[in-house]
Amino acid sequence: MAFFALSLLNGVSYGLLLFMLSAGLTLIMSMMGVLNFAHASFYMLGAYLAYQVSAWIGFWPALLISPLVAALLGAVFERWVLRRVHRHGHASELLVTVGLSFVMLEVVQLVWGRAPVGYRIPAELEGPLFTLFGSPFPLYRAFMMGVSILMLVAIWLLVSRTRIGLVIQAALTHPDMVQALGHDVPRVSMGVFGGGVALAALAGVVGGNAYTTEPGMAFSVGNIVFVVVVVGGMGSLGGAFVASLLIGVVTTFAVSLDQSLLHLLQAVDVPVTDAMANHALLALKISQVAPLLPYLLLVSVLIFRPKGLMGTRET
Amino acid sequence: MPTLHRTHIPARERQAVLWGGFAFVLIVAPLVFQSGLALTALSQMGYMIIICLSYNLLLGQGGMLSFGHAVYTGLGAFCAAHALNHAGAEGVPLPVSLVPLVGGLGGAAVAAVLGWVSTRKAHVPFAMITMGVGELVFAMTPMFPGLFGGEGGVSTNRVVGEPVFGITFGPQIQLYYLIATYCFACTALMFLFTATPLGRMLNAVRDNPERVAFVGCDPQTVRYIAFVIAGFFAGIGGGLFALNFELVQGSAVGGLTSASYLLYTYIGGTLLFFGPIIGAILSVLVGVLLSEFTKAWALYLGLAFMLIVMYAPGGLSAILMANLRVAASGKFSRLVKPGSALLAATPVWLAGVTSLVEMTYHRQIHAPLNPTFRHFGVLLDVSDGADWAGAAALALVGGVLFECARRGFVRHWRMVQEEMHALEPGAEGAS
Amino acid sequence: MKRIRSLAAASLAATLSMGTGGAWAQAGETVRIAVIDPQSGPFANIGLNILHTLQFLAEREGGTHNPAGVKFEIVPFDNKMSGPESLNVLKAAIDQGIRYVVQGGGSGVAGALIDAINKHNERNPGKEVVYLNYAAVDPDLTNSKCSFYHFSFDANTAMKMEAMGSSIQDDKRVRKVYLLNQNYSHGQQVTRYAKEVLRRKAPHVEIVGEDLHPLGQVKDFSPYIAKIKASGADTVITGNFGPDLSLAFKAARDAGLDVAFYTYYAGAAGTPAAIGDAGLGKIRFVYPTYTNLASPEYQAVFNAFGQKFPNEAFVTSPAYNLFKALSHGMAKAKSTDPVKVARAMEGLSFRSFTGDVTMRASDHQLQQPLYMATWNKVDAKNPIDVEKTGNTWTLDRLFDSYVASTPTTCQMKRPA
Repeated sequence: MAFFALSLLNGVSYGLLLFMLSAGLTLIMSMMGVLNFAHASFYMLGAYLAYQVSAWIGFWPALLISPLVAALLGAVFERWVLRRVHRHGHASELLVTVGLSFVMLEVVQLVWGRAPVGYRIPAELEGPLFTLFGSPFPLYRAFMMGVSILMLVAIWLLVSRTRIGLVIQAALTHPDMVQALGHDVPRVSMGVFGGGVALAALAGVVGGNAYTTEPGMAFSVGNIVFVVVVVGGMGSLGGAFVASLLIGVVTTFAVSLDQSLLHLLQAVDVPVTDAMANHALLALKISQVAPLLPYLLLVSVLIFRPKGLMGTRET
Repeated sequence: MPTLHRTHIPARERQAVLWGGFAFVLIVAPLVFQSGLALTALSQMGYMIIICLSYNLLLGQGGMLSFGHAVYTGLGAFCAAHALNHAGAEGVPLPVSLVPLVGGLGGAAVAAVLGWVSTRKAHVPFAMITMGVGELVFAMTPMFPGLFGGEGGVSTNRVVGEPVFGITFGPQIQLYYLIATYCFACTALMFLFTATPLGRMLNAVRDNPERVAFVGCDPQTVRYIAFVIAGFFAGIGGGLFALNFELVQGSAVGGLTSASYLLYTYIGGTLLFFGPIIGAILSVLVGVLLSEFTKAWALYLGLAFMLIVMYAPGGLSAILMANLRVAASGKFSRLVKPGSALLAATPVWLAGVTSLVEMTYHRQIHAPLNPTFRHFGVLLDVSDGADWAGAAALALVGGVLFECARRGFVRHWRMVQEEMHALEPGAEGAS
Repeated sequence: MKRIRSLAAASLAATLSMGTGGAWAQAGETVRIAVIDPQSGPFANIGLNILHTLQFLAEREGGTHNPAGVKFEIVPFDNKMSGPESLNVLKAAIDQGIRYVVQGGGSGVAGALIDAINKHNERNPGKEVVYLNYAAVDPDLTNSKCSFYHFSFDANTAMKMEAMGSSIQDDKRVRKVYLLNQNYSHGQQVTRYAKEVLRRKAPHVEIVGEDLHPLGQVKDFSPYIAKIKASGADTVITGNFGPDLSLAFKAARDAGLDVAFYTYYAGAAGTPAAIGDAGLGKIRFVYPTYTNLASPEYQAVFNAFGQKFPNEAFVTSPAYNLFKALSHGMAKAKSTDPVKVARAMEGLSFRSFTGDVTMRASDHQLQQPLYMATWNKVDAKNPIDVEKTGNTWTLDRLFDSYVASTPTTCQMKRPA
């Protein structure tokens, strides 16, 4: 019971962390149909900027400054690069963001070096929040979960309740008409892209000190973020939320499952020889492949339900 | 009335010249560049051409953007390595020269299995599936050391069996000619494929799958067959890779390898058949050579890629063809002056920018040992503010010159294009 | 030494059209050493640190400072952490007439180099190349893959596990051990050797669980920490490195997991900065040296390096023995010819930081003492601040050479 409750708590908190990482990408995906490969790079940039601002001023100002700087860079990128590439199609937009991710990695390494930097959790947020079954639950992890939920609520409110959100939604399906009605659709696009990468940077501010802040962080996070967005359904915020929780819980629980195909064979009374016991595939435990389950989920969803769990469109 | 003057070479002769020239270059290249590094670089170009062409079968011909092509080249390489090891150990009569075909069959087999699920959709879902499959395969390789050799990979020896006509494939030059033969044959085969009905159907599926379905062909079947064929050629490339290095490691199926195929094929150009050939040659030049000259090669590559996606989505081959078209129409003389201005301004601007970049990298990496280094023959000192200012000024001035020259060139270019367009018989429209 | 980059760049352009060339140096002149490691890309951090270490040592040990009187010139080659790429740059190095190759970043690359160098030496007598390995610790490299032309200067995985086993044998606090490793060759070997060594040296200790996770894929280690906690383990043995190690520590600290960590790579460049204040008094690692080693020579090298490269530290001490072995070997052979030097290095004993070390002839594995160090706050006796964390490595215990020495199955083929 204790183990189950702890695993559930860990799984949900990890899922919320994943949502925090992918919220911005979902926003950009749903508004502009662009799969931003550099999303994880903005996450990295946000973490490094927060490290710098923390060193100069403090952590709490970094929460504000870092996303703002990222938003500015994102808006500039959208205006001068992405818009230019837009007429060549979605594939070109995707490719230019691939190029951007390489360039951002190099620039970050130039400025801050190639080693991990000592970006620390602020003292006031350290320590446990409560203790469950003898295991302390870190305060900072709860803080991250809080930021994640805040993001969810904020995006949902923005998109469905504000005027600008309605304009964005309309511009998604009828950009010319919205333009004709007098709204500045390109400026809206710029704002959306800037907002999306600002969310990525915010995730970096909050996540960079809990995990390590180093040049490889974009690479290690990038793939899982795409899995979340695609599995959830491209363009669906609710889908991304559900997908991240699903992935978080499944991955966490799978680590505790040490069963393998050998166990299955034994359960149906098939005799297991020594050669079979050492066979790599038969002896492979579920816990060993747990971190890879998201990719399996990605491929399965794309085969059986290409729209994703709650998606409304395919591309 | 002025007519469009075109240099008239009959199509068949043109083809013969091109293919003959290709064969000539393949045969003569190692006689010109003879060092060990050059030979291995040429060998790598040989099979990279096959791989990039196979990749473009999917991307350029079929509109399928794959992020996991390395799975097929890599698994083909593993198949070939294992086959070669068995040929050596158990005396299975498999000549070394046919080992790449084993790789090809392996690649095709894997493509047949994985392709069925991958090709149901095109565009972004396809890209995501290939990415997911690629990640899965790559992550699994360390877990099955029997198949993939663990961290050390599967090593093999291409000097096995009795020499045929004195050829053991031990010396690199012999291997090079084997690779060159496969390169020529595979290029020809893939070129012929584009002219077959299936190849044309593939183009149709790329452009308008719905219409193809209405015509009576199933787009998914077409994509699937193309996927398997691409997997076959990818596997051949992988097999040659295995012969060249006599070692295949997990990185052969990894995401970075897949990304490099995408990058260079795109830079070479996906619209024309020979675009990937340019991309393949570039991949070896940049990967093997550029990284030894500068630590900033990844930055340059990323920037160049972005610029090409933004300004030349047809790649370098499209730029080349556009210029050749202008030359064929006899209007090249109009572009000589603006072109020369552009060509003169570019090095100035590049020198300034690269100096700044190199100085930044050098300062970060090497400065404690030695703050000076040579850049295009000029000695630069990162601790000297004057050098920084000079480089910045050069970049600025060069940038201004470049921009002026570029605008002038674009203006003349557009005029020439308009004239060419006006003179053409009505049927020929945009390229 | 000052001509590092330009030499590489200029000769590369030249050798593309010319054939191989270049006479080799005689004793008293300059010996060029190729360094093949990742100098760009995600692993550049470590590759550049070792490059600077070698360049620094080359300057320090060169000329009249070594018994052979040779000068060393370091020529860097970037392999981007790839086996096939390493083979390319090896060709480039050979083309430039370089006869000594140094590498250590990755056993996969090491294996590739040994294979390629064996083939090259066999197919090109008179142009042999010798490979000096400062950090690739796969025991296979001196067993099934052993080669006359390869010399290993770091203690391999099995040797370090012997040391850990001896430590656990004597430590009454250790009763239940958990094995947490990456699921690839190195991690699989650590798991295997841990079981074997503990069974032999500390049979009273129970292995209560093991985990193999994919390399570099785990973001959240809390499920693994929960498993460790549930198993009741008091000690964790792990071969993890990089984020896989620092994230595990952070998760353990967050979950309040009070276990000792026996590691291989907690001292690697960049990891202490990521660990920060986690695991004080709990994290240990085994290595030929440690930061506060009580050796005047070591401290002199450490401080001089730190002054020259303020953002880095001298953490790859096998490089020091590498230069010593090379120069003593050249002095003994009275030549810089690689084959003669290799023969001279077999069985060679020389003075290192805290005593003599020996290059075992049977498998070319350096036999040396090992240290176990623990992560603790800086104090008067251990004043060196590691990576600006306020913490440092303090001595846990010393293992003499014979403790960590392991037998070998190497059937070395020597040239006539």
